[in-house]
Amino acid sequence: METLSDTRRTAAFYDVDGTLIRTNVVHAYAYYAINSPAMGDKIGKTAGLLASLPLYWIADKFDRRVFNEAFYKNYAGFTEDRLVLIGEEIFEKVIKPNIFKGAFSLVDRSKRQGHDQILVTGALDVITKPLADFLGCKDFVANRLEIKEGKATGRLLKPMIAGANKALWVRRYAEEHGYDLDRSFAYADSGSDIPLLSVVGNPCAINPDFKMRTTARAYDWPVLNLD
Amino acid sequence: MSDSTTSYNPVRYLTEDSRPIYLHYGEDFLTHKFPAGTRVVYANKPMKPIDNQGAAIRYALNHPEGDVKPLYAQLKPGMKVTIAIDDISVPLPPMKTPDIRQKVLEIVLQMLADHGVEDVEMVVALALHRRMTGSEIKRMVGPEIFNEYYPERLYNMDAEDEDNMVFLGETDHGEKVQIVRRAAESDLLIYVNVNYVPMNGGFKSIGTGLSGYQSIQYHHNPQTILKSDSYMDPKNSALYNSNERMGRMINEKLNVFHIETALNNKMYDDQLQFLADPEDDWSAADELKFKSMQWTLKKLPRAAKRNFFHKVPADYGLVGVFAGATEAVHEKTLEKCWQQHAVPVEGQSDVVVWGIPFESPYNVNSIMNPLLVRVMALGYFFNMYRGKPIVKKGGTLIITHPCYDQFDPDHHPSYIEFFNRCLPETRCSKTLGKRWEKEFAENPNYIEMFRRGNAYHGVHPFYMWYWAENGQHHVGRVIVVGAENDHVPARMGWLSAKTMDEALEMAAEHHGPDHDLTVMHHPPFVIADVR
Repeated sequence: METLSDTRRTAAFYDVDGTLIRTNVVHAYAYYAINSPAMGDKIGKTAGLLASLPLYWIADKFDRRVFNEAFYKNYAGFTEDRLVLIGEEIFEKVIKPNIFKGAFSLVDRSKRQGHDQILVTGALDVITKPLADFLGCKDFVANRLEIKEGKATGRLLKPMIAGANKALWVRRYAEEHGYDLDRSFAYADSGSDIPLLSVVGNPCAINPDFKMRTTARAYDWPVLNLD
Repeated sequence: MSDSTTSYNPVRYLTEDSRPIYLHYGEDFLTHKFPAGTRVVYANKPMKPIDNQGAAIRYALNHPEGDVKPLYAQLKPGMKVTIAIDDISVPLPPMKTPDIRQKVLEIVLQMLADHGVEDVEMVVALALHRRMTGSEIKRMVGPEIFNEYYPERLYNMDAEDEDNMVFLGETDHGEKVQIVRRAAESDLLIYVNVNYVPMNGGFKSIGTGLSGYQSIQYHHNPQTILKSDSYMDPKNSALYNSNERMGRMINEKLNVFHIETALNNKMYDDQLQFLADPEDDWSAADELKFKSMQWTLKKLPRAAKRNFFHKVPADYGLVGVFAGATEAVHEKTLEKCWQQHAVPVEGQSDVVVWGIPFESPYNVNSIMNPLLVRVMALGYFFNMYRGKPIVKKGGTLIITHPCYDQFDPDHHPSYIEFFNRCLPETRCSKTLGKRWEKEFAENPNYIEMFRRGNAYHGVHPFYMWYWAENGQHHVGRVIVVGAENDHVPARMGWLSAKTMDEALEMAAEHHGPDHDLTVMHHPPFVIADVR
């Protein structure tokens, strides 16, 4: 007898930074800062970024949301169309060369299994969209910058996609779109994404940090090392 | 060391004065004084090894079995050659270095070079086994070959790399034959085998070894397993027959040259060789050595014991090497295997006892998890017979193992899900296969861990479960002695006993006081030639 769960769709939810690509949002922003057309601007932004790195690192370890709030201030004053262009450029020059080789076959296998591919990331939507298109993902959710009068304020729109919010988003998304979470998959690398992996029936830690690795071992989640 | 043809009698009947018998119990030993009249079947003495291995290998290459030319006569400059090699699942435990594969490869590679053959690749025939690590491969082929060829021209095959696997066709039974592309596209495919049980080698080497799930599923399934009357007896093994059909097709399409090596059963070095001998033949010094070993092991943490055991290689000797056509070669190898391992035994028993050791073909350098304990008992040890199983239909198996609920998450990730998700629902092989096999086989996580980590293929725990199907259908019950928890034996469908005495009482309650009792003293492996 065919049950309800057999007819519902399944998905594979992916964190992006450190999971599918070996870079992260700081790296991406650094690319912009270093390649800024105005030399003065370039020096100022690069130096500012370098000086802030330890702070970002601490903020990220403390709470991913704190990190995001601190980090996205760097985008204040960017126009909307410029953000899209930067996103495409960052994808081509920074993200694409850093996609893990194993990520392609993982996504490919998953697609052939009939799972919808969905990215769930704390990165910006303008950077995530080209990646989602490139990997053939059905959908994605990413952080969005608040835009006022055509320019970014440096604040993120709520709800911020990070930590437990990713799990909350996945639950709601599954409810709205009719996904069977028990038969769905999720992939992440960081301890901050443990809630994301916890909401699906087939969690998998990829290149896990210490916290994620110990949790994965405790719960017998598969651990994958992509390169 | 002597030939098995001497007066040594491997089948003993215990008396009141007999010493206690020791049994493997995972990483420990148990001892028990079995009642007078108990039959104990020991391994034959190791056959005398060939002193000059190099000469024997060269002779085999130059004097092939079957209607094929010697290896040198098949070589010409510019040709493409692939050498497939058995993986770490054989022999058990791994042999002292140099491994016999290294010896064969050194000679074959030199011969290829002498004849101007430069396009040579070596592939470890993993099928759905885990990838060998670099250091394991280095140990197997020796540092010189490793440094020259690894990883570009010496590598693990990847059965899930669809670009590098090809279908050759279908057998008349509808079995689709899949093989590594490089092997299929070579002018010559050489297979280097290590043989120490009759189940391995022959058509199975390439038919299974160089194949993947798309092909292996045709014979690794409950139906075929149930039709196999001992995996160790190729003539009566449906599993082997399927491999034979596939192998014949491969041989029609490819130029295949088999090299098979038969090893003796010298699993222990001279200091520990007494462990293979009947306890009643032990000297006082042997007994003292055993007791101090047993005491020390008891004191060590399990992980330390495991590491210790995995670091002790076996002292196997080469007793035969044959090269040429698949069937003709394998026939010669089987002769040696039977000569070494077969022990004539009169009649079956109601109750049979096996001690389960720390290692199986699938946990080299890893953990013997509950599924592997089961496959060791009901898949391997049960099938170590020719003619009739050593245990009567409906009889009782008593095994000794702690049955710890431990799995290696890197080597056996899908086993964990199988054990915790599927087994609580059913133990029926057909149901398990129907409901979950495909899902596990195609799970992208398990495929990636298989391809890029050191995990067994996602489907492997199913094969382990099917593999024990024969034994499971034949015996009436399994009693495990010394399980450290209740849930592992319960999930396997086994009864538990705290001590061997309790297990023997349980067996006696079922079979009556006059039941026959046999202890099979593995390892070294014994194949019971039951009459």
